[in-house]
Amino acid sequence: MTQSSNKITIDGRAVCFQPGQTIMEAATEASVYIPHLCHHPDYPPHGSCKVCTVKVDGRYLASCSEKAVDGMEVQNNCKDLKDLRRSITQLLFVDGNHYCPSCERSGNCQLQAIGYALEMQENHYTQLFPTRKVDASHPDIILDPDRCILCGLCVRASEAEGKNLFKIGGRGQNSYLSVCSDSGLLGDSSISVNDKAAQICPVGAILIRGEGFHIPIGERLYDHQQITSVGNCRPRYNHSTSNLTERKKREGPEHSKPINLTTGKHTNGK
Amino acid sequence: MSLLDIDERLVDLADWIEFDRSPLTDIKHCGSCDVGLIEGGLSNQENLHVLQEFRQQCKIVVAVGACAINGGIPAMRNNHSLADCLRESYLTAPGTVNPQIPDDPEIPKLLSKVHPIQDAIKVDYFLPGCPPSADTIWYFLTELLAGREPLIQGSALRYD
Ligand code: SF4
Ligand code: FES
Repeated sequence: MTQSSNKITIDGRAVCFQPGQTIMEAATEASVYIPHLCHHPDYPPHGSCKVCTVKVDGRYLASCSEKAVDGMEVQNNCKDLKDLRRSITQLLFVDGNHYCPSCERSGNCQLQAIGYALEMQENHYTQLFPTRKVDASHPDIILDPDRCILCGLCVRASEAEGKNLFKIGGRGQNSYLSVCSDSGLLGDSSISVNDKAAQICPVGAILIRGEGFHIPIGERLYDHQQITSVGNCRPRYNHSTSNLTERKKREGPEHSKPINLTTGKHTNGK
Repeated sequence: MSLLDIDERLVDLADWIEFDRSPLTDIKHCGSCDVGLIEGGLSNQENLHVLQEFRQQCKIVVAVGACAINGGIPAMRNNHSLADCLRESYLTAPGTVNPQIPDDPEIPKLLSKVHPIQDAIKVDYFLPGCPPSADTIWYFLTELLAGREPLIQGSALRYD
């Protein structure tokens, strides 16, 4: 019996892993991009979006939640997976109400960027047109559940911050995002713009008021670059005050540096 | 109408194609055609008839732009009942003078929801964008004319 070497291959390339790491974690360390939406390195896996599906020995697995096992041969880049991931993305689109021209996160949205990377031309499946209500009760933050993909990132970020502001309720197709406050409204919760939970949404479901158009449409992260090369970066602002007027004054270029959401490090904006 | 954005290339295009029904020719019915480009979502009964006519007459039907592809901004009314939309627009909106819901028989009846056109007919190609850029339209048409399968990709692929 050969000794364990803690190596897997991804598309034929040898990648080392630490015991206990997921395929996604091993890939990220080796700078191999696997598309993902609900995965974030700071939080436990959620395994809900399935965009990170890879093929291991002919089986389809969610790479963000599947542990790497010595000798695994992982397929990440092939037509079969691209088609499958595109179908999954189309299902995410028809499940909500995603009208990019009306969304202020357009161009910085990871769902849209995944659609671009997978050359998704249209939604393909019948749109469900769910009826959901915008929550505009908070002075600084808006929740538009039409665009929520139930990735659970706001839930996990808020749990880690000890606030437990969000929960996903219901099951299957009836799942929904709920706000943990007596009225169920954001305005009655203790959320603030400085919370990770307020900033982490990969789509345009949780938006911070007054900053949506700091960067004009056409000059945004995924307008000219693919998510496959820049990853899940998005310009972030320093919300050290919740007063919007004050904040506007403070916001200079040093506050709008993109942060790589996978590594947590500032990128050079390219 | 974004077709006009291709500017002088329209002249080249005119060498290869012949316009049938279009906002430029003001022809009311679609004759037998190779390609039908359809913009806008499906929101009323007249739209439905036009779509069916296009499908019968055109060998290739293309959904052009976000509204044709997924209903677009007009589909945001799907969050409300049609009655509420009409009430808000014609009866209760601030500044309404002589409030009444239009009911002239000439006005096509609205459908209860706005739909992508592929909810009603088979669509062969999709040209995303709001609107698709002139270069994207040009690429798409020239690929089609050359007998190739157009695929919008890279930074030409936009949903906004
Ligand atoms: S609101 Fe955003 S972060 Fe929260 S579950 Fe929905 S998509 Fe994910
Ligand atoms: S990133 Fe793995 S399931 Fe969402």
